[in-house]
Amino acid sequence: MSLWEYANPKKFMQVSARVLPVVIGLAGVSLTVGLIWGFFLTPDDFRQGSTVKIIFIHVPTAMMAINAWVMMLVASLIWLVRRHHVSALAARAAAPVGLTFTAIALVTGAFWGQPMWGTWWAWDPRLTAFLILALFYLGYMALWQAVDDPDTAADLTAVLCMVGSVFAVLSRYAVKFWNQGLHQDSTILKVGEADPIAPAYYVPLVVCIIGFVLLFVALVLLRTRTEIRARRLSALLARERLA
Amino acid sequence: MTALLIRDLRLAFRAGGGFGLGLAFFLLVAVLVPLGVGPEGATLARIAPGILWVGALLACLLSLDRIFALDFEDGSLDLLATSPIPLEGVVAIKALAHWLVTGLPLTLAAPVLGVLLNLPGPGYLWLVASLAVGTPALSVIGAFGAALTVGIKRGGLLLSLLVLPLYVPTLIFGAEVVKRGATGAGVSVPLLLLAGITAGAVALLPFAAAAAIRVNLR
Amino acid sequence: MMPDLGKYAVAVLSSYGVTLALLAALVALTLWQGRRVKRQLEEVESRQGQSQGKHDG
Repeated sequence: MSLWEYANPKKFMQVSARVLPVVIGLAGVSLTVGLIWGFFLTPDDFRQGSTVKIIFIHVPTAMMAINAWVMMLVASLIWLVRRHHVSALAARAAAPVGLTFTAIALVTGAFWGQPMWGTWWAWDPRLTAFLILALFYLGYMALWQAVDDPDTAADLTAVLCMVGSVFAVLSRYAVKFWNQGLHQDSTILKVGEADPIAPAYYVPLVVCIIGFVLLFVALVLLRTRTEIRARRLSALLARERLA
Repeated sequence: MTALLIRDLRLAFRAGGGFGLGLAFFLLVAVLVPLGVGPEGATLARIAPGILWVGALLACLLSLDRIFALDFEDGSLDLLATSPIPLEGVVAIKALAHWLVTGLPLTLAAPVLGVLLNLPGPGYLWLVASLAVGTPALSVIGAFGAALTVGIKRGGLLLSLLVLPLYVPTLIFGAEVVKRGATGAGVSVPLLLLAGITAGAVALLPFAAAAAIRVNLR
Repeated sequence: MMPDLGKYAVAVLSSYGVTLALLAALVALTLWQGRRVKRQLEEVESRQGQSQGKHDG
């Protein structure tokens, strides 16, 4: 019994079918609780007013936008090293989810920035880096689309994901160098330090983060199952044409 | 390897080989921008470093799909892949050839276009220096993108989509060198970072590109 | 029950609105693709009349 057993497509389909309802349920509950709590039951911030409610979406999606890419990187490495098809397909399944989270983080950031910074968009390092991240997602998805042979596509996108990760990190530091920026630093891990985020916001924020993580897992599982079925479908169709 | 370099250069200089196309494009950018922005010298001087770098980058992009496409079509890429030269070396040579026919001429032509864009006096030295240091990275990164898309019909647009995000750090540091040089500020930090990116890209990307070509030839 | 959002009501409401719309679109797309592929696969499998299916579920 090893972890790699789940890389078998059949095993993956069995296990994911059992796990999915639980993940979907938990994601739904925690997102509903977190977002309703965040929207209806949190006080206004004395400086940010009611815009502070945006953080319950903005922070979790921004975190997951980056984590989704990291997950794709890990899955790509597993594919390149161990040649497990499920891994390559999971990386492919995660890309649109990551792109959507990136878009949500950018849009909610713009809605928050408009009243707070007086501008929808600023060429701030964090904002710019996220825009570049969105471009990386687009390129990655476009390459998957463009290559016909599934294994070739998996190999090429995996290589692109690795090289892209290096350049994404480089870009992050390059834009930091290029402009000092308006965006405040992350405060989520600063509990117990001088300027922590107040508990009234912290607790619902954590619930929302859990909710978005579970939502990501649920969507990736669903999409990976679809990818596996699509792969099998095209294999069967190819055999039909040969017969 | 020298023979391969000479062959690639000869192909590039032949009619339709693409040499000069990038240069002409670079010139066009430098002419079109003042037409769009207006002839005010102060404005042009301020945006000249960025325009020249973006122009050089786009001019470089134009000829990327030629790096491997022709050899892939006529099968000589298969021959190169089975030749005694490691494929990583082939990629490096081809990137070098691409740089010699695009990056180097762009670097040499840039000061002339700087005049058109009213680049301030101290900027010229740093413009040439930053392009000389940065354009090899553009060629190598481009060769990687070309290796990824070599098997795809009409992959030119996809190639741009893949390569342009990878160009971001090079562009930022390169333009920063010229911007600081033009205003007389210290340039050593961005110039060193730019050189670092070039060195890293030249050292590592041929391996990634060779891996992608092997996948595409499978 | 609606909280008083003050002068930032537009910003907050549009943030939540856009987020929910994008997420709904992503979920709908995922489910729709999943159903379509599943249906096609079942169709082909029953047409080929074979039960040595590699996957189930």
